[in-house]
Order: sequence, then structure tokens, then C-alpha cells
Amino acid sequence: MSERRGPFPLPSEITDVPGAEGWASMYAPFTRFGPQDDAKFWFYNATHFPEPLPAFDGISSEVAYSAIGANTARIFVFPATLGIEHRIVNGRVYLAANPVTDPEEVGRRLEIFQRRAGYYYEHWDRLYGEWKQRMQAAIDELESIDVPELGDVDDEEVVTTARGYASNHLVRERFHRCVDLYSIVWNHHIEFVMLAFGAYVVFSEFLTKAFPEIPEQSIARMVAGIDVIMYRPDEELKRLARLAVSLGVDDLLTDGAEPRTVFEGLALRGEAGATWLAEWERSSVPWFHVSTGDGLYHHHRSWRDDPRVPLAGLSRYVSQVRAGDDLRRPTERLKEEREEVARRYRALLDADEERAAFDQMLGLCRTTFPYIEEHKFYCEHWFTTQFFAKMREFGQLLTRFGVLDEAEDVFQLQHYEIDQQLANVMLAWSAGSSPVGTDEVKAIVADRKAMLAVLATWSPPPALGPEPEALNDPAVKLLWGITAKTIRTWAEAADPSSARIQGFAASPGVVEGVARVLASVNEIDQILSGEILVCPVTSPSWGPVFGKIKAAVSDSGGMMSHAAIVAREYGMPAVVGTGTATRRIKTGDRLRVDGDQGVVVILS
Amino acid sequence: MSDLVVPIGDVGLLDVQLVGGKGASLGEMVRLGLPVPPAYVVTTTAFRRALLALDPAGARSATLVGLDPDDRAGLEEATAPLREAIGACPLESALQEDVVRHFRSLGTGGSTVPVAVRSSATGEDSLDASFAGLQDTFLWVRDEATLLDHLRACWASLYSVESVSYRLKRGIPEEGAAMAVVVQEMVQARSSGVMFTRSPSTGDRSVVAVESAWGLGSAVVGGEVTPDSFTVSKVTGEVLRRQISEKLRRHVPDGSGDAGVLDEEVPSQLRSVPSVSDEELALLVALAQTVEAHYGVSQDVEWAIADDRPPGENLYLLQSRPETAWSNRSTEPLAAPKARAFDHVIEALGRA
Repeated sequence: MSERRGPFPLPSEITDVPGAEGWASMYAPFTRFGPQDDAKFWFYNATHFPEPLPAFDGISSEVAYSAIGANTARIFVFPATLGIEHRIVNGRVYLAANPVTDPEEVGRRLEIFQRRAGYYYEHWDRLYGEWKQRMQAAIDELESIDVPELGDVDDEEVVTTARGYASNHLVRERFHRCVDLYSIVWNHHIEFVMLAFGAYVVFSEFLTKAFPEIPEQSIARMVAGIDVIMYRPDEELKRLARLAVSLGVDDLLTDGAEPRTVFEGLALRGEAGATWLAEWERSSVPWFHVSTGDGLYHHHRSWRDDPRVPLAGLSRYVSQVRAGDDLRRPTERLKEEREEVARRYRALLDADEERAAFDQMLGLCRTTFPYIEEHKFYCEHWFTTQFFAKMREFGQLLTRFGVLDEAEDVFQLQHYEIDQQLANVMLAWSAGSSPVGTDEVKAIVADRKAMLAVLATWSPPPALGPEPEALNDPAVKLLWGITAKTIRTWAEAADPSSARIQGFAASPGVVEGVARVLASVNEIDQILSGEILVCPVTSPSWGPVFGKIKAAVSDSGGMMSHAAIVAREYGMPAVVGTGTATRRIKTGDRLRVDGDQGVVVILS
Repeated sequence: MSDLVVPIGDVGLLDVQLVGGKGASLGEMVRLGLPVPPAYVVTTTAFRRALLALDPAGARSATLVGLDPDDRAGLEEATAPLREAIGACPLESALQEDVVRHFRSLGTGGSTVPVAVRSSATGEDSLDASFAGLQDTFLWVRDEATLLDHLRACWASLYSVESVSYRLKRGIPEEGAAMAVVVQEMVQARSSGVMFTRSPSTGDRSVVAVESAWGLGSAVVGGEVTPDSFTVSKVTGEVLRRQISEKLRRHVPDGSGDAGVLDEEVPSQLRSVPSVSDEELALLVALAQTVEAHYGVSQDVEWAIADDRPPGENLYLLQSRPETAWSNRSTEPLAAPKARAFDHVIEALGRA
């Protein structure tokens, strides 16, 4: 074991959370820390996995990390990286980068990288167009997959078409296809992401050299699209709010109303109610396939699956419409502002050649940035919520055969274990018997549920292992925004006596107020007007809450995170990427949020 | 109109030889329509005539030629008699009359107003030789006798050890050195400060850096108070950084008599309150950008906000000079266009 004492514990020094000593059983053996891992620097992936991973949700890390390194190191052959490794401890995901350090090897890889990355940049628009079709095809295929019923006898058709195999075969085949599609979608997710972020980071670094004081949000503003998919679900809610008021059915959309009450009430409202419901349905596909979270956990349901979240937003928008606000985003003005910001920075540059380089970089960013803004809707929102919904259907099958008590329990099993239990059902159906060992499965499920609750109370260190001298991995920098500066910030924050929490200055302004700490979007109805939102991370589902709060603080995210973008649009201070805010701040604490400096101070 | 004293609005940038750097710059700002407190300038002609009367053969200033700029004792020995002679020299009556007449004209209804008496040397405030702070300024001057004394003191400050040493180091010839004196109405400042049209710490030209404290600007310039500090984007107008400091001291006019400026404690309820509002900040930044756009180079601007005037009429620029620290650095272009736009990214991502 290393003798070096840094600010962060070594992986081997992390002990099991009392009461959850069996956590390791939830994840595949290849995710466990071993003695050799003490020599590496690991960071906690709070951005994507801010909560303990249920056993099934380990698949999100498995397919994502199988795709990322493969894309960077094997497909595009980025010169300096061999990939990203992941480990799970106490339910939390830690990552390490494997760099290429030999200059000769870097040179060899560079030659391949230039050719391959160049091909994608050169044909970006065509390839991105085809990418959308591939994603749509994957979504369509997933939605078309039926989980076999396994009834009394198979259909006549099996005989008349001489299919030759029974429906129990299809159970596992289709389960595998779902898992395979999840993997494919994650590969496509990564396909453009590094190249798109790369274009942004290069532009950002050039501007930061030319204008050391330039706020990251100004750079983002020059690049960002105006009519991007990310705003669309919220825009649809605003449209439905205006419609409800004009049709006179807005009285049903009250704060905290149960979805059932709302929809049944509307059905009794004649033509007006029917018109509104038809429009809800029209907005709903695909826009309400948006996830209530970042889409990586099974409990991140879509708005369509769980209308409580969009309905909570609707009731607020309805009262704003009643008060005379038409809720339309001034897109023309936003477009003009975006051009004006770019024009002014360009004019401030010193030399004509700098202006020519500026034009090239900005142009490239505007070509590639739509991918950054849109890919999540296809992957993390639409596909992923449908994927978990499909898994619930397999859960229903297991429940019907007595393997599980309820469909939702399927997420307490690894996908490898589900595979086994589906075999159990296939055999039982074939044998005319009952699945074997179901008591054991149910005990495992109960045990894991209890462990997850305990693991949620653990505060994962932001990093493990020796502090690195240099952090040079393009994926770590581009996808997680982690630099040497971030690590220093973590090291300082590791001091528990400090009432000062450092993050990134995401949206300017300084305010004081009372904290409301929310663990997930499902709690947004707790927030009171004028409070400061403190949360792990936000996604488009949190949109409606921004009309209510006076500042936002998040554990993870950078300048381009959802919270940052929306806070800037609302003109409220935001500090993101604090790493520790939800653990160190309690609801009711008085805070000062300094969006200029990226600092949150707990005043009392 | 005499050529001994001229109103500030009659001169501009080309008049440096007549009214010195500060006078020319203030005149230029008045011509631009910027809010500069009323002022007049005692010209270098008046200075040269006084010097000629004292030393018709120019023998005294000839003693400075060839001195070692780093030999403080030697410089002190050579310059002290000059300063003493100028400080005590008689003023010709035409000049006295002109100065007093202009002083009285600054006030309204027969009463005079307090003025600042500021040295304005030729060669001062130019881009390559910033004389900032080398010559004297006297604040809150209320009566004619004191004014005339300070006029001579300003003249004498052309021969301060620092000024002479500076000219020797820079090779500025003595014959070309002359001193004009700006007499300017004092601003009853609630808050004052300085602003730079680029970041003093990073040289960034996309921001204006503003420093501000309560009371007169002398406390900020003299470093006696840690001012509030703001960094404002020229592009978006956003306040990018805001540091409100604990402002313990302030300079205020001494209303009682001749002492000029009083150094006092800031009342506790004001100490950690911003000394400018966001609206004022935005107006100041706009003024700074007007000045910078006019000169085409980064500026370092002193300003004040009067507490005896209504909002909209209470902002004043007291002086502006070219920023020298960053402007003189030569820089290589940070980027150049490449064959294909994506070559920028490939090169950056390809770096080990």
C-alpha cells in the first residue's frame, strides 16, 4: 500500500457502511476495487450516479463505460487515452482514466486519430442526420418488443407457420435484445460526444486565453442553440397551460392535484376537456418521454409514466397565464443577443488572424453543439425511460410466476440474475411446475432494498487515491469537466470545519435565503417560493421549479449543465459542481449564494 | 483672453504644450461631452514667464543636466534651491488677477467653491511615460491666498526629486519640461474611485475594473482603504465579480477651515455596504468605454459621485490617462486560421 498521504482516502481504506455490509452482492464482480487500485486516482461520478445504484441500474454504468473507452481508444484512437475504468463501492461509482504516456505511442495514435476524427467532422451534418435515424430505429425497435405472455398453450400460428420453438424461448431472446439495444444506444450516445465537446472546449480555451475574465456562460451563450430540444418539454407545458386557460378548463389544474383526478375531471368537461386531452396526448409523444432525472436510474420515470411532475409545472404556469404572462420565450431577442455577444468579443480581439480563427471555431461549435444539446433527449430520456419500462414488463412476468412480489422488484436484481430467473420461469413453464428457489430471490430483494436505504446515508469522498500530478484525459476533462483545479477544490472542501462550499460560478448574482435540500425531482412540490434550491443535479423536469426559487445550488454539473443554463435564462445566481452541497447543507439553513465567485456560504 | 489662464473647455489633446497632459486630457473629455467638473488651467506660458523672471539665463535648470538619476542625495541638493525659489517667487499681477477672476467665476451667487489644485506637466500622462503621482495635487482649497500658494507649490513639484529623476531616466530634456496647473471645482464626493478599461490583473480588454470607496478618491488612490472592487463585462454589462470590502476609513472635506481633507472612520452601518449601486456602476462603465473608444487605447479613469446632486447629474470623471502596464506589452496572436476549422480541435485533442 502507498505511503503517500494525500487529502483523499485510498480505495482500500473505504469500509462497508454498517448495515449494508453485503452491498457487493448487488454488482458484478468486475466492478470491485482490488489492491492494485490503490495506486490510481479515482473520482466519484456524482454527475451521473448521485445516488446508490440499485443492482439492476449497474447496467447503466456497465454499458456506458464499455462504450466510452471503446469509442475514444479503439474507434477514434484519441492519442493520449486508453479509456475509463469504473469501480463500485458502497453503491457509488468511481472512475479512473488510463492515459497513454509514451510519446512515441502518442505519435502513432495521433496519425490514426487525425484521419478518423477528421472524417466525422468533415461529414458531420450527414452523419448526425443518420445518427438521429439510428436512434429513432433503436427506440422504435425497443417499443415494438413484446414480453411473451406465456399463457396456457401457444398460439395456433406457431404451428401453422412451423415456427418450431415455443414462446418461452422468446422471453430470454427479447430480454437480451433489450439489453443489447441499451448497449447500442450508449455506443451511439458516445459516438459524437467527445468530438462535439472537443470543439466547444477548444473554442472556450482560445477565448479564455484572449479574455481571461470571460465568464463561461458568455462562451456558452455564443454557441448555444435557441430552439433546442431540451427546452421543448417545458415549452409544451406552457402551451398546454395557455390552452387550458383559453378553453376554460384551467380550474382543474390545481397545485398537488392527483393525475387521475385531473384526467377524469377533464374527460367530464365535454368538447373543451376532450380538446385539451388530445393536445396533452399530442405533446406527450415524444416530448413527455423526458425523464424526471438524468435517465440513468430505473426510478427516473418519464413524464408520460408519472404525470405528477408535469402537472405540478402546469399548475404554476396556469397561474402565470392567468396573471397575464404568455410564457413565450423571446427567441428572436435571444438569437439577436447571441449574435451581439459574439460580434462584440470578436471585435475585441487584437489581430485579424485571431478573428479568422474565432470565426472558424465558432462556426464549428455551432455545427457540433446541437448534438450536445439533443443527444440526451434521445438517449437518456426517450430510450432509457422506455427501456426501464420494458424491464418492468419483465418484472411483471416474474411476478406472475411468483419469483417476485411486485414488478418493481426486478430492479433489485442484476441483469445477469434476471437472466437466471427468466430461465427459471422458462423451465417452469416448460415443465408445468413452479419456479424454484423463489423464497431466496425474495429475501435477496428485501435485503437489497434495506441496504440501499442505508447506503443513501453514506457521504462518498469526491475522490480516492493519490492526488494526481496532472490530469490529462480528454474524456475526464470533456465529460466531467474535472481538472487539476477541481481536484484542489475537493481537497479544500474535504475540510469539514469550513462553512464555505466552493463550486463553479454558473450564473451571476449574489442572494441570501433559506435552503431547501431536495434529493430528487419527485420532491419538488416541497419547495416554497423564494427558497434556494439545493439538489444533486437537475434535468429538464426541474424546469418549473426555477420560476419559484431565487438561486440554485447543485452537487454536480458544470457551466453547461441544465441548472446553469436555466438559471442564466431566469437571471438568478447559481453555483454548480459543489460536490458536497446536499450533504453539507440542511433544509432551513440560511445561505449566501455567490454566483459570481461560485461560492455558497452557510450563514446559520 | 490672456494666454496665462484658459477655461478647460477651450483646450484639447493637441494643447499639451500649453496646458500639460492632465489639462489637455480633461479639456478633451469636456469636448466629448463627458461630465467633468468645471475647471480652468494656469498655462505653461505662465510657468515659463515666472521661471524666466527668476532665472533669466536658465542657469538653474542647467544644473540638473547630467545628474545621476539614482543619486537621491545629489538630486536633493540640486533641486531643493530651485523648489524653494519657485515656491517663494512673486506672481505677476496679470496672472494673479486672472487666476482669482476664474476662481470666483466657478462659484455661483458671489460665493466661491472649494477647488482642487493639480499639477499638469507636459509629458505627463502620455502612453509611454506615466508620471502618475509624481507631482502634487492639493484638495479642497477654499481661499485665494492658499490657491496662489498651491499654484507655486505645483510649479515647484516639477523639480521634485522623483520628477527630475524620472526625466533623467527617460531622457526627457529639461528645456521641454514645463508645468501647467489645473484648478478644478471639488466634487462633494459621496463615493469615488478609479476604473480601468481592461483588467489590471489579467489585461483582459473585455472588462472594465472598477474600484470604489466612500468619500473622496484620495483614500483609494493613496491605498488607505481597501475599496470595493467590481469587474464588469463590456460585452454583456454583467457584473462578473464583486468584492465588497470592509471600508474602515474615508476622506471627507474638512468643512471647518483650511485643513483640506479629513481622514475619518466610516460609520459602522456603511462599512460593508457597496459604495456604488449597480445603476451607478453601469453608468460609470459606459463613461469609461466612451473615453476608451475616443482615445483608442485602454484608459485609467478617476471618478466621483457627488452627494449634493441628484441622480443622473452626480457622476463626474476627474481624470483619464492611458493605461500603460498592459498596453506596452507586445503579444503574439493567440490563434491563426487553419486549413479546415476542425484542425483546431484535432490539434488540441491530439496533444499528449
